[in-house]
Amino acid sequence: MNLLSVRDLKVGFGPRPEENEVVHGVSFDLAPGETLAIVGETGSGKSVTSMAVNRLVDFGGGKITNGSVSYTRSDGSSLDLAAAAESELEQIRGREIGMIFQEPMTSLNPVMTVGAQIEEIFRIQHGMSKSAAREAAREALERVRIPDAARRLGYAPHQLSGGMLQRVMIAIALASNPRLLIADEPTTALDVTIQAQIMGLLSEMKLETGTGMIFITHDIGLVAGFADRVMVMQHGKVVEQGPLDAVLDDPQHAYTKHLLSAVPHFSDGKSVRGDKALAHPALKVENLTVRFPVRSGLFRKHTGNIHAVEGVSFELKAGETLGIVGESGSGKSTTARAILDLVTPAGGTIKADQTQLGGTDKPVQMVFQNPNASLNPRLTVHSILAEPLTAVGQSIDADAIVRMEMLLSRVGLPTDSLTRYPHEFSGGQRQRICIARALMLKPSVLVLDEAVSALDVSVQAKVLDLLIDLQQEFGLAYLFVTHDMAVVERIAHRIAVVYAGRIVEIGNARDLLANPRHSYTRQLIEAVPSLERRRADYSIDTRAIPSLVRPIGFVPEQEPWLAAGEDHSYRQEG
Amino acid sequence: MTALLKDVLRHPSGRIGLTLLTVFLIAGILGKAGITPYDPLMQDRIARLQGPSSAHWFGTDLFGRDVLSRLMVGIGQSFIISFFSVGIASLLGSVLGLTAAWFSGLWDGTVMRFMDVLLAFPAILLALLIITIFGPGTWTSVLAIAIVYTPIFTRVTRGPALSLRRRDFVDAARTFGTSRSYIMTRHLALNLVAPLTVQITLALAWALVTEAGLSFLGLGTQPPNASLGLMLSDARNLMEMAPWLLWVPAIALMLAVLSFNLLGDALRDILDPKTRRRLA
Amino acid sequence: MSYPIKRLLVFPLVMLGVSIFVFIAIRLVPGDAITAMLGTESGLLTPKQREALTAYFGLDQNWFVQFWRWFAGVLQGDFGISTTYGKPVMTVILEHFPLTLELAVLSMLIALAIGIPAGIYAATHKDRPSDLIVRMVAMIGQSTPSFVVGLLLVYMLSVGFGVLPEMGTFVPITEDPIANLAQMILPAITLGTAFAAAVIRMSRSAMLDILQEDYVRTARSKGIPRRRVIWRHALPNALIPVVTLSGVEFGYLLGGAVLVEQIFALPGLGRTVLDAILQRDYALVQGAVLFIAFNFMVVNLMVDLAYAALDPRIRFETK
Repeated sequence: MNLLSVRDLKVGFGPRPEENEVVHGVSFDLAPGETLAIVGETGSGKSVTSMAVNRLVDFGGGKITNGSVSYTRSDGSSLDLAAAAESELEQIRGREIGMIFQEPMTSLNPVMTVGAQIEEIFRIQHGMSKSAAREAAREALERVRIPDAARRLGYAPHQLSGGMLQRVMIAIALASNPRLLIADEPTTALDVTIQAQIMGLLSEMKLETGTGMIFITHDIGLVAGFADRVMVMQHGKVVEQGPLDAVLDDPQHAYTKHLLSAVPHFSDGKSVRGDKALAHPALKVENLTVRFPVRSGLFRKHTGNIHAVEGVSFELKAGETLGIVGESGSGKSTTARAILDLVTPAGGTIKADQTQLGGTDKPVQMVFQNPNASLNPRLTVHSILAEPLTAVGQSIDADAIVRMEMLLSRVGLPTDSLTRYPHEFSGGQRQRICIARALMLKPSVLVLDEAVSALDVSVQAKVLDLLIDLQQEFGLAYLFVTHDMAVVERIAHRIAVVYAGRIVEIGNARDLLANPRHSYTRQLIEAVPSLERRRADYSIDTRAIPSLVRPIGFVPEQEPWLAAGEDHSYRQEG
Repeated sequence: MTALLKDVLRHPSGRIGLTLLTVFLIAGILGKAGITPYDPLMQDRIARLQGPSSAHWFGTDLFGRDVLSRLMVGIGQSFIISFFSVGIASLLGSVLGLTAAWFSGLWDGTVMRFMDVLLAFPAILLALLIITIFGPGTWTSVLAIAIVYTPIFTRVTRGPALSLRRRDFVDAARTFGTSRSYIMTRHLALNLVAPLTVQITLALAWALVTEAGLSFLGLGTQPPNASLGLMLSDARNLMEMAPWLLWVPAIALMLAVLSFNLLGDALRDILDPKTRRRLA
Repeated sequence: MSYPIKRLLVFPLVMLGVSIFVFIAIRLVPGDAITAMLGTESGLLTPKQREALTAYFGLDQNWFVQFWRWFAGVLQGDFGISTTYGKPVMTVILEHFPLTLELAVLSMLIALAIGIPAGIYAATHKDRPSDLIVRMVAMIGQSTPSFVVGLLLVYMLSVGFGVLPEMGTFVPITEDPIANLAQMILPAITLGTAFAAAVIRMSRSAMLDILQEDYVRTARSKGIPRRRVIWRHALPNALIPVVTLSGVEFGYLLGGAVLVEQIFALPGLGRTVLDAILQRDYALVQGAVLFIAFNFMVVNLMVDLAYAALDPRIRFETK
């Protein structure tokens, strides 16, 4: 007997849902205790499908127009959730079907304590007294391995980190020992090491409670070690489904094959680039240090500094990509911004090659993470591409227009794009416009700050290919800042790992990824999901990133470098 | 621009608001141009306090003057004062807000503290004080209302300008070395047009109310000229005998304010990306 | 540093600014105080008497000296003598303030009692006929200036019941609560109408935004009943902007409502200041405006504190 059996499910939105359909007839089964992964990109209908199961889709303006969702209740009776009344659904939600969402930061009520939000489910769904509910809430927090649970019950959500909040969400979802858990991209908003911890926790919880699970993700690599069955969705339809190994090893549908091969997956340094950099240096950074003042007290006295970037040094050759890898708060983006003078460094030197290519005094250009935010929505593409030229005092003559059109076609956009506005393009196309803009001044170095992170996985792959082509054609040097190990493996010749404001390991990509020497690099690489390491155990490690706030005048110690091979070195550890 | 007009006409509130506003604008322009059924100042001792009739649609007042003609002139007067005062307030306020956000530091502090001082005054008292200094009159009313609403425009410009300043496209501009004036005009001001349009529409509604209030107190438009506030004030002692003297200007003022409020709501829905998503 | 503390620090600065501003502004009003005070009788004054009076009110000094004397007095709690009332300014203000305060409190109670439930009702019945009606009423309420509402109320009362509202001497609530409320109810409804309309619109739109938030979805995923989702999860968040709006409106009402006081012949703070301006009663204008500005800023500060009570993100900011 299946726990859940979905047949020919169709979901539409708006006042005329039949005409505005986003899920076109999805069918699948889930056995008790089984984990089904639904894989797809933006607009595939994967989230809508999952939210149709517990009918949360109703509250977002959606409507099930066809099909059935038959669910077997704990007493063995069967219920069609697609046709159930709201009062019935309130009995099922939270008690029999739990749910975890993508953004832990916004998924908890900011004005209620964490404890109140967990207690509530015990009081409402199980009629417990206030004190019993409080005790149960504490146990629920301990169950998701939150240290010092009793005290944390009194915290407001904003006092906890994203990883902690996602644990709280899991505690809420599992509070009633549900028979089905729906997890909608629960780790996408989190750092990779935190992601590993949450995945580890979910694996353990699955074993402990025997709950069935629907796990929604865009990253097929993430579920490789986790799911029993996989269902791949595209444009609101199921293109392929089956047991995990069968789908991963012998994909039938072209889209599944594409997700498995074209999209970046981490492979321990086996898929690094083989091409060589040019000989001459393009960028040399020495001892770069960035500090942000910390002010406190009534009169905003300067009491200390955040040592955001500490003594960072590296060299970058023409035609070479240096990947800067680290997690949020590591200082990787600050390093990029300091090189562009968007934040003022406290010390260090930055020398860029002025002789090559452009010959303007702006040899370094930047591409930002979010293409929506980095293009002014009120300007045409023509104005956007003209801006760098105007800024350095060049006139927008026929030559300039020729260059704009050349770059647009080079990044794969039609030349009639010039008269259009950013909102007329897709996310991937907008990032191409940003790349074209960065190339207008013929720079020798391009700083790419998480430049593909906001894009869908298959778009990511295409933009990465474009970047490699452009690099080879123009001899560009890339400083590629990212948190994504799979992406950096595809594009970097060399990699620098940053942790707590400093580089802890640097070297050629293949050696560093295959033989990481620093403990942080190892931890990072172990945490990365991989198609090859199926059913891996994710270990739970709650090591906190050290505070970067230091008193005024603090001189940090620089641990000595140790060599691990030709062009591969790491810092000695305490 | 035509696209915006189409969007407004497709929005239910926008359609009603724009229609009402058009009627008022036509009435006001005709009134100010002197194209009225009767001479608004002409007294007729025989036709005093007559109720609405085919000769006098909205009746006559204590001096036998035609209420419709006076209403048209009054609407013209109120709209002129509102447009000029809001024009000045929005221009001054947005320049102050924009420069405060951009230069920050001392300039920001000075501007915003000064605006705090103005905001700490109740609007009508501030206007009254200004009018007693310069003596009542059309241009004094314009100045007084402009000063009252400048702080609001400064605030609604500065807030969004500060957040625009932190947007990536401004950072991108800084990496090319784009000039300050280009960033201020293209990256900040151009993106502030939408929120300011909404604010201007709503401020026009408030300005109409403030102007009418000042005239009601006898400190705005001076008799024998007509204005909505003055007509309401004249109606006070006659309302039992000649209720149309109260109803006509009261409903006219309410509908005029309503037209701007409806239009403002529609523009907010159309121009604000957040509500735009909800509409779609 | 937390936002309320920052506000507290600029408080004296803004008060000083208000003092200087009103001091200069009232002196720019043409005509002199003595003439305005005595009216036609001022013509009977001998130059010597006029000089003595001018010196008595300190008006013979230059502006800097006048300001300094006044400001030093204010710091010691002495706001000077009103030329029209012949009494200390603070006494005059405190005679008129209770009425203004009562009117402001009553209007706010009316506005909140109607506005919040109506706003929530409209939000939870979005796009149904009942929502449309609430929105229309709110729109019309917001578009009708308060003095027009007042005039229409007076008219309807006189036509419908043949009575005029109790005008004349004001009865304090401490003396005769029923007579007082009979006097105050119409002005309070008058001022409460637009206020209530604003509260309806704000609570409706805030509620609609909040109902789309992720954490409301979370609450629903927990199987929390609909009513509890709205009252326990959404409402406290939706109230935050409503508190701000109500605070600002209330702060303005504490400055007196000149027009409504005029219509109902109430001796509130608004008319007192209007008369003082027209009479060139320098000390009273200065004192009253400072008093009003002070109240306005105190109310704003209280709004910030209410904010912190409602929203822990602000409460813990100093951490």
